[in-house]
Amino acid sequence: MSLPTLTLRGFVTALMLVILALVPRLVDLTGNAFLIDLATRCVILAIAAVSLNLILGYGRMISFGHAAYLGIGAYAVGIPVYYEIYNGYLHILLAMVISAAFALATGLVCLRTRGVNFIMITMAFAQMVFFTFVSMEEYGGDDGLVIEVRSEFSRFINLEDATVLYYVCFASLLVVLYLVKRIINSRFGMVIRGTRGNELRMQSLGFDTFRYKLICYVISGTICGFAGALLGNFTNFISPEMMDWTRSGELIFMVVLGGAGSLFGPVLGVSVFLLLEEFLSGLWLYWQLVFGIFLILVVLFANGGIDSWLSGRSKRSHDS
Amino acid sequence: MKLRIVLLSVVATLTALPAAAADTVKIGFVTTLTTPAGAIGRDMVEAANIALDHIGHKMGGKDVEFIVEDDGFKPEIGKQKTDKLVKQDDVDFITGFIWSHVLLASKKSALDGGKFLISANAGPSPLAGKACHKNFFSSSWQNDQNPMATGEVLNSKGVKKLYIMSPNYAAGKNMVSGVERTFKGEVVGKDMTKWGKDMQLDFSAELAKAKASGADAIFVFYPGPAGPAFIKQYEQAGLRGKIPLYTVFTVDALSLTRLQKAGLGGVLGSWNTMFWAPDLDNATNKRFVADFKAKTGRYPTHYAAQAYDAIMLIKSGVDAVDGNTDDQDGIRTAMSKADFPSVRGKYRYGPNHFPIQNFYLRTVKADANGDWFVSYVSTVLTDHQDTYHDQCHL
Amino acid sequence: MNWTLLAVQLLNGLQLGILLFLLASGLTLIFGIMDVVNLAHGSLYMAGAFLCATFTQWFDSFLLGLLAALPAVAIIGLLVELIVIRRLYQRDHLDHVLATFGLILAFDALTQMIWGPDGQVIPLPAWLDGQVMLTADIVLPTYRLAIITTGLLVGIGLFVLVTRTRLGMRIRAGATNRTMISALGINIGMLFSIVFGIGAVLAGLAGMMIAPITEASIGMGNQIIIVAFVVIVIGGIGSIKGAFIAAILVGLIDTMGRSYLDVLFKLFMSAQNAETSAPAISAMLIYILMAVILAVRPTGLFGPRGH
Repeated sequence: MSLPTLTLRGFVTALMLVILALVPRLVDLTGNAFLIDLATRCVILAIAAVSLNLILGYGRMISFGHAAYLGIGAYAVGIPVYYEIYNGYLHILLAMVISAAFALATGLVCLRTRGVNFIMITMAFAQMVFFTFVSMEEYGGDDGLVIEVRSEFSRFINLEDATVLYYVCFASLLVVLYLVKRIINSRFGMVIRGTRGNELRMQSLGFDTFRYKLICYVISGTICGFAGALLGNFTNFISPEMMDWTRSGELIFMVVLGGAGSLFGPVLGVSVFLLLEEFLSGLWLYWQLVFGIFLILVVLFANGGIDSWLSGRSKRSHDS
Repeated sequence: MKLRIVLLSVVATLTALPAAAADTVKIGFVTTLTTPAGAIGRDMVEAANIALDHIGHKMGGKDVEFIVEDDGFKPEIGKQKTDKLVKQDDVDFITGFIWSHVLLASKKSALDGGKFLISANAGPSPLAGKACHKNFFSSSWQNDQNPMATGEVLNSKGVKKLYIMSPNYAAGKNMVSGVERTFKGEVVGKDMTKWGKDMQLDFSAELAKAKASGADAIFVFYPGPAGPAFIKQYEQAGLRGKIPLYTVFTVDALSLTRLQKAGLGGVLGSWNTMFWAPDLDNATNKRFVADFKAKTGRYPTHYAAQAYDAIMLIKSGVDAVDGNTDDQDGIRTAMSKADFPSVRGKYRYGPNHFPIQNFYLRTVKADANGDWFVSYVSTVLTDHQDTYHDQCHL
Repeated sequence: MNWTLLAVQLLNGLQLGILLFLLASGLTLIFGIMDVVNLAHGSLYMAGAFLCATFTQWFDSFLLGLLAALPAVAIIGLLVELIVIRRLYQRDHLDHVLATFGLILAFDALTQMIWGPDGQVIPLPAWLDGQVMLTADIVLPTYRLAIITTGLLVGIGLFVLVTRTRLGMRIRAGATNRTMISALGINIGMLFSIVFGIGAVLAGLAGMMIAPITEASIGMGNQIIIVAFVVIVIGGIGSIKGAFIAAILVGLIDTMGRSYLDVLFKLFMSAQNAETSAPAISAMLIYILMAVILAVRPTGLFGPRGH
């Protein structure tokens, strides 16, 4: 055969991308407009998961506060719209700049801690953001903020059209995946992965690991903030609830389910998670029982996630 | 092998996502079924089913399809479920909505989707005023109305200093503004407590403040599970008899069942106001309450009464157009007349489609079987219209 | 300045702190000895509350219900350890977090299946339901005083257990050097099970104590578990003394914040803004405290040095 060897993993990746690209066509075929909602949410959360994977999968930094960036990004759209400022470029800029600033400020404190203290302090900062927005009476507080009008870009990109919004999100996902791939395979990425393996050794090699981790942390937060801006546009609603620690936990689960430390894993993880949630919740009132047990089983027995199941490698073989 | 699993999952997923359409009247019901507040949702679904039984599951000659979704007490999920009902199930009417913040988050999805939105509980002020919409109807009340009635009661009972406690969300704020609008005395203290799925349930600090404030009455709004918790702590703090308790939407058939089980007699004889009481004397109400008690073994709450009315309201609209759900103008005109047998007796709609109705003073007492229930005492407000209707452009 | 109110609020803060201590002590033991991050500790808190409610209804007595529920929670704790936690010892913290997060979901759903979505009421006997006059003006509900007393007794009991018994000695040794005491012939598996069981009982007891005030409700552990983690991080992982001090501190700050922050805010912002922002900011206070303490002492107040 003259075709390049197609691994199962490669096949699934390609299949996934093709399906995602053709979602609007599927909607036309089945007449089910809700499919595009599901797909848009999937793609947006995939961007967030890929950003989390950058620090969690490749860098072993377990951030339990990543949902805060989704919130910051969404409010960066919601608050200007509240004041009738609809410029989409401004929204995106605000989302990314504020997320980066927040990541820098909190990273400086968090990255000095280790282990469970790191988990707790990232969670603490996310809770602080949560409570800050709850206290902002003007922007709805606990009730949340309805975003009446979506971000406006040029005449050609009308986000009010569900299909256009979907393709903007999908294109963003492709760009983010490419970016992350470049980062991981660069010298910077090597240092990050090396630090995950043995920080002391990297330091003795002369690398300022703290600086590298901080930069990685900021990049991750910025991408997630961007995802947040897309999320705010999509849901037309943002509430502090969306930054709760359990949402961060769900993001971590999605990354681990897909395969932490693999490029496309998070996308698979998000898809399976959302589809399972959608499917199960329609089936049984107590679906969370199945979901919880599934999570436990995945952690105990399928630790490398879907990615390693597809490629036939166990997590431990490429870790240590 | 793995390839087969992957392909099978993909096929299964694509075929499992439904997209059916049938010639029925479709009603979507968004309510809370999980979390401790789930009891309210079940009450409403129960009542809606009784209503559907009463009309033989038919409206305008067509079968009724009733789809219930759980909002999990979160505005985001309520909105998601509303989107699903509008886009996937293509319902004709969306109703339910216990919580004001869930309703506010979901209304755009329903109304932009061109569907009729009927709130069977939440009555946030924006929907009565600036954001009113021709396709929105309420089968309950506007949030401020009930506490306004309580304010009048406080005045009539000679209360001069009031301490207020309410949860910190849309309806909680409305309750406070309602009572402050009519109460003529002085508000000596106010606490807005944390609300939501993990609401604050321990009021030790706030009750201590209330006691120290020298108030001669305390006004609270604690729906759902917070009600019994608050009343229990109110008694444990020794405030019964010292600072009388006035409540809105806190004491109802659900909380009374719990309070009676816990032997908290302090709630007997307490006052509250509402647009309805289970012993209101009209044929529809008598039948509703009797059937509800037969089915569940307890009295219905006002939530149930409102859900029952929502179904009947929808029926009045669909009947008027002989089941032709595409004739939205016809349905709207019919529903605006509120010309159906309501459990509260006859009422009419203002231009914002909120009820203009009476409010009654009720007290808690035991019935012939010894079960505690809320009973009608007197009429406080007659043909009362909400304060926000002037801001509505309709 | 209302001294009576201040005194009452201090007592309220103390009571909240004691409750947090019951929860945090078990958590810090499990973490310190077994190095397991157990998010599902809050579910054991919930299980205790529900079991106590059911037993109280069966025996028509709160005290009997309490006594019956304690061993029941212990059994559930041991089962959880056997089936899930045992497999996590070799794994890293991320796996602990995710697996116990799954346990939370499962527990919440199971509880709803067994008891329904409603909360469970726990009626108190008349002698606990009254008030106690500490001085002419300072009146506290009897039950809250009971919580303080019980908590302090349990704290003392725990201290005695850890410092004066063989078991306590093994626990402290295990916290210091697990491999060594295994080599010395101590059955590590049994030790871990016992520690987890003790932790479960402490958590369940906390749930049983608070339920008569706030009712047993589904998911009641999910927010307080975060506060408990904040407490042990502030106090230092593995330190019971740290857990005690941090718990009292957090309880006081939270209660004082809820009592006085809005008064403070009203000095420089509008009444309406103060009323809605104060509760949110007061909820933030404990996180700010944690961040400050970690910035100064990255392992907490009494945590292990050079870990």
